[in-house]
Amino acid sequence: MTLLSAVAIAKSFAGVQALKGVSLELRAGEVHALVGENGAGKSTLIKIVTGAVQPDSGTLTVEGRVVQHQSPAHAKSLGIAAVYQQPALFPDLTVAENIGLALEGAGVWRRVDWDARNRLARELLERAGADIDASRTVATLSMPEQQIVEIAKAIGAKAKILILDEPTASLTEHEVERLFRVIRALRDGGNGIIYISHRLEEIATIADRVTVLRDGQSIATRDLREVEPAELIRLMVGRDVAAVFPKREVPIGDVVLEVRSLQSRAIRDVSFSVRRGEILGLAGLVGAGRTELAETLFGLTPVEGGEIRLHGSAVRIQSPPDAIELKIGYLPEDRRQHGVVLEMAIAANMSMASLGAVSRNGLIDGGAERRLARRLVDQLRVKTPSLYAETGSLSGGNQQKVSLARWLAIAPDVMILDEPTQGVDIGSKSEIHQMMVELAARGMAIVMISSELPEILGMSDRIAVMRAGRIAGELSRAEATQERVLALALGHA
Amino acid sequence: MKISLAAAILAVAVVLAIAAPTFFSFANQRDLVLANMPVLIVALGMVLVILTGQIDISVGSQFAICSVAAGVFAHMGLPTPLAGAAACLAGAAMGAINGALVAYVGIPSIVVTLATMVALRDGLRWVTQGAWVQDLPPDFQWFGQSQTASEIITIVCAAALMVGVSWGLRNLAAGRVVYATGSDPNAARLMGIDPKRVVFAVFVITGALTGFAAVFNAVRFHQIPSNAGMGLELKVIAAAVVGGVAISGGRGTVGGTMLGLLLLGVIGPALTFLGFSAYWERAIEGGIILAAVSLDALRVRSRSHAGIVSAQRA
Repeated sequence: MTLLSAVAIAKSFAGVQALKGVSLELRAGEVHALVGENGAGKSTLIKIVTGAVQPDSGTLTVEGRVVQHQSPAHAKSLGIAAVYQQPALFPDLTVAENIGLALEGAGVWRRVDWDARNRLARELLERAGADIDASRTVATLSMPEQQIVEIAKAIGAKAKILILDEPTASLTEHEVERLFRVIRALRDGGNGIIYISHRLEEIATIADRVTVLRDGQSIATRDLREVEPAELIRLMVGRDVAAVFPKREVPIGDVVLEVRSLQSRAIRDVSFSVRRGEILGLAGLVGAGRTELAETLFGLTPVEGGEIRLHGSAVRIQSPPDAIELKIGYLPEDRRQHGVVLEMAIAANMSMASLGAVSRNGLIDGGAERRLARRLVDQLRVKTPSLYAETGSLSGGNQQKVSLARWLAIAPDVMILDEPTQGVDIGSKSEIHQMMVELAARGMAIVMISSELPEILGMSDRIAVMRAGRIAGELSRAEATQERVLALALGHA
Repeated sequence: MKISLAAAILAVAVVLAIAAPTFFSFANQRDLVLANMPVLIVALGMVLVILTGQIDISVGSQFAICSVAAGVFAHMGLPTPLAGAAACLAGAAMGAINGALVAYVGIPSIVVTLATMVALRDGLRWVTQGAWVQDLPPDFQWFGQSQTASEIITIVCAAALMVGVSWGLRNLAAGRVVYATGSDPNAARLMGIDPKRVVFAVFVITGALTGFAAVFNAVRFHQIPSNAGMGLELKVIAAAVVGGVAISGGRGTVGGTMLGLLLLGVIGPALTFLGFSAYWERAIEGGIILAAVSLDALRVRSRSHAGIVSAQRA
């Protein structure tokens, strides 16, 4: 019996087509895995099923009935529950209170029956296979324990359709085993479970069928007994015609940055090096530790072990000013949050990291600043009415160029670019790529983090793939293919 | 914002010119200006604090302590300039306490300065037992000059400070850093700025400026009350907010604050001159503050709406 079916779902956000026609069928009594690269559209699909986002077109059918307008409340009444990687619980309330709030009737003036509430919480936790005291405050629970509470809530809500988004990302092997027992029990009870995970071996263990998403489309649905991991990977990367990248071979010089057995909060034993004129692509899934590695190199996260060497000698980087002093630049991932100061003028943003160059004794030389900004605006082809326009008034692509311009102003030896073209229009994207090539040609060593495989393959001289905080492998430009990179990222090399 | 403020000030002035021309008498104007000098000087510090996204409601209490300190040092026989410098140092020290707790311990500034506001004020009351500082040495009052000379010194110093802070915010690298810290501390950090140091520094500067203001105020009287500066923080914050300094940080100017101060400074005396009860003064001030922040909020919302929509990409 089909519990849920989504047919030809499409959705775009601000002109970007996130889903281009996705179909998914979930049967009663099955665990249905959903796999795909970063940005393939898994999260958007889930948001549409749970009513958090409205689709532009397509039909959603639950137990044979077409859902006209999905909303979170309606999804709940249809028996759809989702457990996300980051549990959505009230941290200052107890487990029993959290479960009670979710399950008991509404009404501001009703009296709380504490005995019944505690009893219900205990019973549900037991059915979820957990040994958690219902009177504990949620803030004192570990991440896996919080997930179990979410699952208990879903069981309590008599959810027929349970969506688990990367539930095992932070679990130990033993906890995974326990979770799987709960999932199997739910499945055998006739529920349908949508299971999102990057761990293919796990999917092979727990799931019955798998649907592969790529670039906002559902590519295939396969029975797990009939599909090899290699085929799944092939389905995930597809055979897209490679976009044209302005990559140019430039002479590669001496090693500029070398990292030996680096350890920090989320990275373990990372070693790699980058040379003058080289673009090192850093691939991996979201959460593999790439951004954390960049933040460690830029002094935002303390080094816990290993060493960073620049031009052959060991350096200590304890803060961003240290990194800037050593001529390391960092273009952060979230431009809106960290890349530029939106309220400030374009010229002020561009001169920010190089205030020393445009000021004397702390006094800003307006003329020097204007000349610097003019040069960078021309060089990067920033489309702006004026050098003194508010940066927030520019388009995303142009904001990104302003952010990049700031680092060009100090001409770093090493430039770390974290998702430099994410959320940027096609035109700006190609201009930013062009810029990267020119910078490499001038002898800069570039580390480019990207979740977009074609970008990684198209722009990098060498590719390091991260997985679970470690470098899972390195590939030269010649030997890299989408399949090989993804296999390393997924741990199937 | 500045244009509507200037228009409001002009409107008040025109009404006064018609209804109560004596308001513009030299003596009245001079009194008004001198009475507002301490507020102006403290407001310069407050602008910096608010620009970094913080607030300091303890300036009134700091002002009282600095006033008494200046008097006590003078009484002990310290020459007036030294007594004044000591008072500024006392202010800077109190600012350093606030700044350290906010920047390095990470307590919200409203909580820190609420605590220091109460603690400093009542600590002073306990030490002085409410007594005023009397019998000041003759060369303390008016800095030992003629009254006119002293008043000129005060106004020149305040004007110099105002021009200095305003110019510095626009032209010094340090000024940029203040705006960047308030707009987006994370972005500032990624540019190599240390936002904590900036926050600490603006609190210290505000403390020192408060000490400065206290000295200029103290020399105008024969004795120094131990409850000086009551409600000063409200006047100062109101001037900044009315003058268009965003309470969330990152946006605002000294010029705007001065206009805000001017409007709030003339409203009270104007009411008196027009024959209204003085009790209306605070109510109208409150109304002006609400109007100013509402206008600002509406302006920000209409401007950033497009940005929020386009940022919604999953």
